[in-house]
Amino acid sequence: MNRIIKFIVLDILKNKIVLVYTIILSILSWSVFSLEDNSTKGLLTLLNVILLTVPLVSVVFSTIYIYNSSEFIELLLSQPIKRSKIWWSLFFGLTLSLLLSFFIGTGIPILFYAPSDVGIMMLLVGFFITTVFVSIAFLSSILTRDKAKGIGIAIMLWLFFALLFDGLILFLLFQLSEYPIEKMMVGVTAFNPIDLARILILLHLDVSAMMGYTGAIFKDFFGTSFGIFVAFFILFLWVIIPFWISLLKFNRKDL
Amino acid sequence: MIEINNISKSFGKLKVLNNVNLSCKKGECIALIGPNGCGKTTLIKSILGMVIPTEGTIKFKEEYISKNYEYRQHIGYMPQIGRYPDNMTIGQILEMIKEIRRSDVQLDEDLLHQFKLKDLFNKRMSTLSGGTTQKVSATLAFLFNPDVLILDEPTAGLDPLASEILKEKIISEKQKGKLILITSHLLSELDDLITQIIFMQEGVVQFHKTIEDLKSSTGEEKISKAIANILKGRNNE
Repeated sequence: MNRIIKFIVLDILKNKIVLVYTIILSILSWSVFSLEDNSTKGLLTLLNVILLTVPLVSVVFSTIYIYNSSEFIELLLSQPIKRSKIWWSLFFGLTLSLLLSFFIGTGIPILFYAPSDVGIMMLLVGFFITTVFVSIAFLSSILTRDKAKGIGIAIMLWLFFALLFDGLILFLLFQLSEYPIEKMMVGVTAFNPIDLARILILLHLDVSAMMGYTGAIFKDFFGTSFGIFVAFFILFLWVIIPFWISLLKFNRKDL
Repeated sequence: MIEINNISKSFGKLKVLNNVNLSCKKGECIALIGPNGCGKTTLIKSILGMVIPTEGTIKFKEEYISKNYEYRQHIGYMPQIGRYPDNMTIGQILEMIKEIRRSDVQLDEDLLHQFKLKDLFNKRMSTLSGGTTQKVSATLAFLFNPDVLILDEPTAGLDPLASEILKEKIISEKQKGKLILITSHLLSELDDLITQIIFMQEGVVQFHKTIEDLKSSTGEEKISKAIANILKGRNNE
């Protein structure tokens, strides 16, 4: 592990917010599993909680942290350190610490109560969602110098992916209900990492039977190992692309 | 040592640097002067790679600096306003930079001792006064014994005692044959330090002269008067 990442991780772990985040996640997870009598129901409840809180905390905390690191970045830039290395270290530092707190808060209870395929997949999905939203935070904080604007963009993006996107999809579904758009819907989900994550888990929880015809089409695609592979690949792209754009911008930025 | 070729930089519509050409060699002590907002800091930051010029190239020790970063180990930079992570202490900042660079050069801790920073090691950066922050910046700039020192308004905000210490230090480094680049508004302070003057105005280098040249061409003994003389001459034209 390089030395800059070490400094960043130590600095974040000293931060009380990450500690509180870990504790809240762990209270949620342990209580959900001990309230429900079977672990599948527990996972389902937990899924909804995770898909709302994890992206929000990841994106907002990371954006604020990046803005607050501007002095740190400036200090390092006058030293013989490659620009992209500073940005990468910041990304790894943030991702590692948030992944760690997700693992401690949610991962351990999942492994304890539901050490099944779905449990493991849920853990993976949680890791991916965390990383995707850290990556989105990097993009939103490089877009503007204004901290308030940057955090605003981050929250808007979260709101869009967590709530608005589903509304739009529902609207589309109703408007175009006369047409056979079920197959297209599979493609549309690729544009929202949260939906992608949700569908991946739901289809492995055997509740997809309640989702009607669209559910069957989804099951046909995401139920296969090829579908799972594609879904994770798309999540991976969601990590790479926003960060890559921000890296290009950071390399040309004047400080 | 530093070759600047046709550098231009615009921030939006504002042209901050306009076709700047400069060449600085070893052993020189150069004052970069000019009114506020004439592009001094932008020029310095371009040399450090913190600002990326719109046009032109910069060479450091015969190598282009774009896409390069290792050359910065030969530069000690003291910013005009040092900004440091708020929640770190002076000690932690110094330790961190030392650890990240992990360089094997003999550390130069003269300023650390003379400014008595050791007593303040546990103070957080956010609680420091402007002057103390400047002391930390100066210490960091000289710490790794760099070949080139770039000091942006080094004495602004320092008390007379500290600024005298810093001046002594600059003179002793100059005698070791290092290249020193200073920006300052206090011309009287520079009298016994510098060998050359670069005067900038609105992003353009007006002249780059040695002190002897300047003094003989204007017939003045003091740098400040010589500069004033030149400016008056220009205004009359």
